[in-house]
Amino acid sequence: MTGKKSSLLELDARTKKRNAAEKRFQYFGIGAVTVGLLFLIVLLTTIVSNGTRAFTQTFVTFELVLDTAEIEAAEASFVKTSKYRDIITAQLAAKVEELGFETELTSADDLKQIFSSGAAGTLREYVLANPESIGTTEVFKFRTSSRVDGYSKGRVTRESLARDKNLAPAALDLVDQMQEAGLVDRSFNWTFITGSDASESRPEQAGIGVSMIGSFFMMLVVLVFALPIGVAASIYLEEFAPKNRLTDIIEVNISNLAAVPSIVFGILGLAVFIQFAHLPQSAPLVGGLVLTLMTLPTIIISTRASLKSVPPSIREAALGVGASKMQTVFHHVLPLAMPGILTGTIIGLAQALGETAPLLLIGMVGFIASNYPEGVASGFLDPNSAMPAQIFEWAKRADPAYYERAWGGIIVLLGFLMTMNMIAILMRRRFERRW
Amino acid sequence: MSFTKVTVSALAIAAVAGAASARDNVQVAGSSTVLPYASIVAEAFGENTDFPTPVVESGGSSSGLKRFCEGVGTNTIDVANASRAIRDREIAACAENGVTDIIEVRIGYDGIVFASQLDGPAFTAFTESDWFNALAPQVVVDGALVDNPYEKWSDFNADLPAEDILAFIPGTKHGTREVFEEKVIAAGCEATGAFEAMMAAGVSEDDAEDACLAVRTDGKSVDIDGDYTETLARIDANTNGVGVFGLAFYENNTDKLKVATMAGVAPSTETISTGEYPVSRPLFFYVKKAHIGVIPGLKEYAQFFMVDEIAGPAGPLAAYGLVADPDLATTQEMIANEETLSSDM
Repeated sequence: MTGKKSSLLELDARTKKRNAAEKRFQYFGIGAVTVGLLFLIVLLTTIVSNGTRAFTQTFVTFELVLDTAEIEAAEASFVKTSKYRDIITAQLAAKVEELGFETELTSADDLKQIFSSGAAGTLREYVLANPESIGTTEVFKFRTSSRVDGYSKGRVTRESLARDKNLAPAALDLVDQMQEAGLVDRSFNWTFITGSDASESRPEQAGIGVSMIGSFFMMLVVLVFALPIGVAASIYLEEFAPKNRLTDIIEVNISNLAAVPSIVFGILGLAVFIQFAHLPQSAPLVGGLVLTLMTLPTIIISTRASLKSVPPSIREAALGVGASKMQTVFHHVLPLAMPGILTGTIIGLAQALGETAPLLLIGMVGFIASNYPEGVASGFLDPNSAMPAQIFEWAKRADPAYYERAWGGIIVLLGFLMTMNMIAILMRRRFERRW
Repeated sequence: MSFTKVTVSALAIAAVAGAASARDNVQVAGSSTVLPYASIVAEAFGENTDFPTPVVESGGSSSGLKRFCEGVGTNTIDVANASRAIRDREIAACAENGVTDIIEVRIGYDGIVFASQLDGPAFTAFTESDWFNALAPQVVVDGALVDNPYEKWSDFNADLPAEDILAFIPGTKHGTREVFEEKVIAAGCEATGAFEAMMAAGVSEDDAEDACLAVRTDGKSVDIDGDYTETLARIDANTNGVGVFGLAFYENNTDKLKVATMAGVAPSTETISTGEYPVSRPLFFYVKKAHIGVIPGLKEYAQFFMVDEIAGPAGPLAAYGLVADPDLATTQEMIANEETLSSDM
């Protein structure tokens, strides 16, 4: 009885070591999760802090006398909006004098830099749409220029303007006085969500609306092509196809296709859809077809997984009572696999919605999303951009106000992606059956 | 199998679309330097006329001209933007595809500036020789051609800060790179005597000219293939970095960048239009004459682009950073008469 005594209450060295290793591993795990969460928090705070400013906009509101002679003269000129801009500038100058603001600004050019160059277009559009307003006085709410807007958001300071020729620092004193008098105020920027893209000289007018429509039409194309093709292919491969070398090769290649970088699909799209099939450049239809190719493997793989998870007893029971193979599949297996298929489809769509690389090659970047589509056909065929491509484009532009808008666009896009993923998760929770 | 289905469906749609495609908007593609100007004009054009707003894509001068030369028809673009003149090779390629009548429009001039971090070292004055000495693989030291030994800017010019050389220059796909090589590096090659030294060493004139344009590959010169925003980000991260920018881009980012003079001249629209500032280049767009009358608004777009209120010194393009062409009237008349590039070019 001399052997080493052991006790359940007292741990020996080896057990201690094993327990310590387990603890250590748990700490590593907790550490990894924490680091991941930390990155997520940093990412989200950066996006939110940079992007929320895009959702508000500074406006200048004042009464404008729509003089008949002035408007007729403007309409008779070649570049009409530049004349309209002069009308606004002159009346703003009169307003400044009337209210007795003190300012060092003397030339009309300096005043012009306070409001957006898009104001003239807004005014002309209003006058053309309401010809009866000519000769009356109306209250207009114009966007301020990106520099004034940046000042009210803290992005632009007097120091930074000292070397900037786009706005005189003295203009900020005037803006301060106008703000006190209630002429200048900041409010929610609906144009950012519903508007079209704008040129580099007026970032304050740019919105993500038109490219959102472009994304919508592309997703429609993806849904219409990828879902039926993907589901039909997986049903055939899973339920009907003989297991031989050929189907093995197809299977391997579908997995390969899922791993192909998306830019490759862009090159393929350019070669097949545009250069060979002569589909229109920059059209959401082409974008949708390219993204269909990209989404197909995702849908096929998830569909096959959910078909596989339907227990064989269901099939055997159906066959046992005399159903044909096709009846078995369509009456019993497919309905049971549906939640999984739809979840896979939504996740595939979400992936496609955030994809930029293939769109660069088929001409969806640039100054594209400037016209609202006129109807369904025009929505598919007329040049348009997509949300991620629009964000990419904005991030490239020189004016820092566009940088702010790129972050704002990311928030909108993230909103869509989160909603889609949420729907997928909810559907899986609600309908998924376990055997 | 699924792929053929997609292709077949696509072709079916293409047939329908092709039958229905009477394109009513002008399509423009090309240089990313011209893109901002073209988009400003396109936007104003849409506001001022009943034509839809033209679509402007970017992608670079070469790719724009390549697409321009693909042929005549509504599925090809109508206008190509370029930050350099069209090459003979491209005119030939165009002619091969049936694009024979091309109208060349010079928009104005664009300056290329050298800028560094606002609060960084005092890079305030450069010469062409400085850039050659900083970037060339082989330079002249004491009359002999040697592998570039310089580590800091002050090694060859005591007036420059004693900082490690780190230059961000446009990548080779950019039209800006060509101007930078021609007007800065090649000029510096001549000025420092490297060109003569190469000739004296028995290199043929053509080879010496090519060798003049080479850039050192030891990491002190970084090619930027993206846009100026990428260069700006690199400058932000490197206090001692110096970058090459367009004048318009610099003027929109004066809160982060400070510009240096070149050969004693500060870049501005004035010094560029007088030709004093040495590093500038003309910007162009090319119109396919065969599309005038087919695509509604094409000629009007070209005319609208070049009217005094738009392309003149007081117009929105000049406000953005373009140096207006002093000879606008000739260009306006040329567009009105639809004068094409002469075929003997």
